Amino acid sequence: MSTIWFMIVAVMVAVYVLLDGFDLGAGAVHLFIARNDEERRTVIRAIGPVWDGNEVWLLAAGGTLYFAFPLLYASSFSGFYLPLMMVLWLLMLRAIGIEFRHHIQERVWQGFFDTIFGVSSILLAIFFGAALGNVVRGVPLNADGYFFEPLWTNWRVGAQNGILDWYTVVCGVVALVTLVVHGSLYLANKTEGQLNVRARKVASWLWPVQVLLTIFSLIATVYVVPHVLDNYSKWPVGYLVPALVIGSLVYMYIAHSRRNDKGAFLASCVYIVGMLVGAAFALYPNVLPASTGAQFSLTIYNTAAGAHGLSVGFVWWTIGMVLALGYFVFVYRMFRGKVKLEEGSEHGY
Amino acid sequence: MNGALLVHRLQFAFTATYHYLFPQLTMGLAPLIVILKTLALKTKDERYDAAARFWAKIFGINFVIGVVTGIPMEFQFGTNWSHFSRFAGGVIGQTLAMEGCFAFFLESTFLGLFLYGEKRLSKGLHWFSALMVFLGSWMSGYFIIATDAWMQHPVGYERVANGSVQLNSFWQLILNPWAWWQYAHNMSGAVITGTFVMAAVGAFYLLSEKHVEQGRIFVRVGVIVGLFVSLLQIVPTGDAQGRMLARNQPVTLAAMEALWDTQPGAPLVILGQPDMVAQKIDNPLVIPKMLSFLTWRSWGAEVKGLNAIPKEDWPENIPLLYYTYHIMVGLGTIFIVVSAIAVFLLWRRKLYRARWMLWILLLAFPFPYIANTAGWMTAETGRQPWLVYGLMRTADGYSKMVSAANGWFSFLGFLGMYTVLSVLFLFLVRREIEQGPEPVLPPLPVIVTAVPNLPAGVR
Repeated sequence: MSTIWFMIVAVMVAVYVLLDGFDLGAGAVHLFIARNDEERRTVIRAIGPVWDGNEVWLLAAGGTLYFAFPLLYASSFSGFYLPLMMVLWLLMLRAIGIEFRHHIQERVWQGFFDTIFGVSSILLAIFFGAALGNVVRGVPLNADGYFFEPLWTNWRVGAQNGILDWYTVVCGVVALVTLVVHGSLYLANKTEGQLNVRARKVASWLWPVQVLLTIFSLIATVYVVPHVLDNYSKWPVGYLVPALVIGSLVYMYIAHSRRNDKGAFLASCVYIVGMLVGAAFALYPNVLPASTGAQFSLTIYNTAAGAHGLSVGFVWWTIGMVLALGYFVFVYRMFRGKVKLEEGSEHGY
Repeated sequence: MNGALLVHRLQFAFTATYHYLFPQLTMGLAPLIVILKTLALKTKDERYDAAARFWAKIFGINFVIGVVTGIPMEFQFGTNWSHFSRFAGGVIGQTLAMEGCFAFFLESTFLGLFLYGEKRLSKGLHWFSALMVFLGSWMSGYFIIATDAWMQHPVGYERVANGSVQLNSFWQLILNPWAWWQYAHNMSGAVITGTFVMAAVGAFYLLSEKHVEQGRIFVRVGVIVGLFVSLLQIVPTGDAQGRMLARNQPVTLAAMEALWDTQPGAPLVILGQPDMVAQKIDNPLVIPKMLSFLTWRSWGAEVKGLNAIPKEDWPENIPLLYYTYHIMVGLGTIFIVVSAIAVFLLWRRKLYRARWMLWILLLAFPFPYIANTAGWMTAETGRQPWLVYGLMRTADGYSKMVSAANGWFSFLGFLGMYTVLSVLFLFLVRREIEQGPEPVLPPLPVIVTAVPNLPAGVR
């Protein structure tokens, strides 16, 4: 049962990154590709009806993590105290940037809101990448299963590591580039004209960067945590995941050259899922490895909630997800197609 | 109290209190918007649609702030109260995760449709999305109340070898009798906020002679529903909660009433200041035997006093508890009086011209916020010194790895961030009220010549 919940939480995190990833990426890139008020409004309209629903996946994944692995939630959230507080503040600023822009018509303030939206999106992408880096690298857990990390120490990966060291910074950059590509491709799909051209251009320019960073981060991971390969040698079927990642990058290139925005966006989705599944596969059955010694690592076994709770949860979780999936299909169908400013602007975006 | 515990408590109390200023209005407005949309659908009167659209804007602003201040609540269970989460996560993780999976998806999806989709949806579907927003926000409320109810009155759990508690009965957790009354009381409290705010905006329009048509709708819907929920707030919901307290948390009730000695025929204190040293009430105004009657339905029944209970189990801040409780009850009573007079005037067809009453309605809107806040403070300070009643003390639940200094860092950060939010919020809401609902033009003569075939549902 705990293995099933491990997979469920991993899937929910992946869905969150796929969905909120494109609106984070759109936010990170919009300062550069949307050059006038009309284009910026188009960007916001493209994500306006869905970003909040996307962010709900963060809450749902967080709630599910709390419910299925309470000790992991307790330990990781208190250990990552400082960056999480900053993530909370950034999420607030970002919501303000998106939702309150259209209430104020003055130009000065619109620039202000756009900057808030852009900067908080960029920082959030980096933070999320660094967070994943921390989980893969391991944290200094004590015998009680708790730890506390300062923001940074000497930037080296070692006994006294902080949240940020060279490795987690690399992960942050990978996340930023990945989400910028993802967001640009979403915008390319949802817009027309100059905006569409520029969004596609950003994505195709970043393609070689993304490829190099992927290779570099994989090498760095194996260098920093050699045992990430253990599960892969145990179950060689896992090598399908990196194959999928490579395939998605190749296909993204082909799609770019054919100006196939849909295909490229799909490739980016597969890439993100592949990277996350690859990390989850390497971690299992650990959920938070200890840099202080394998005996302190948090695993799905020592952090899971009671058996009764987990099986009851499986019933309502399935019902809840079927419903949520229904709503999502409905909304995306409702708002499908390219964004046109003149149509249905009752809410002012 | 050690420094770290103090700052973790301060931060949670502050972020929770601030957060709840917003959901109480959204949960209160949601059913009112459904009422307006239903009236629009039934009477085909465009004015109700315009009214619903206006309140949807206010709802939207509140919703955004409610969401961004709500995310920290879920996070803080892990960041600031990790020992509590480790202890109780196997039980309350259920309700918190269900809130995410059922309520949030529903609410956010249909709110998006409701706000952005009026032109794309048929009238019926648009009404339906308002209903779903109402359902989602009220479901969300239930899961949170069920979580708090478990902390007040733990049920459906067992202790396991590692010292934590785990769920052993899902239905006991969901159907906790404590949750039902607390939920009913809390939700009618939220609707009181919604109705008083609606009536206040209406009164403002009538007094300043702008948007008069809409002002009348707001005042009318506000005071009628307001009277109804103000009555529900005292009987049966408040009354039932008091009796539940007497049975399950007698020390909390004794502290709320500042009753030191166990006695038959205990009085109800209306006004007065508790003197903690001399153990008496200064400047008392009391109704003899009333407390016994209210709690046990018998004038002579014995009510347990604080001195019958060991001091270490007393709530730590009895004066604060006493005052918040009395503020809540006092204001609740005033709400009934105010809305009853307003409904009476409405019935006599004098309300829209009774400027004095409109002024009262306008100035009354902050008080439901105060009463709701005081009510939650009563519930939560009354539970002290327990975090989970009888199972875990508050002093054992905080994150021991997060130092006082890091706690102050984030607490000050929240203070600053919420100041910015408050300024923005007040500014935006003022703008919306200033702008008011859009005027409804008389319907144009219908000259339908040819309508292209539109796909079903898209209009």
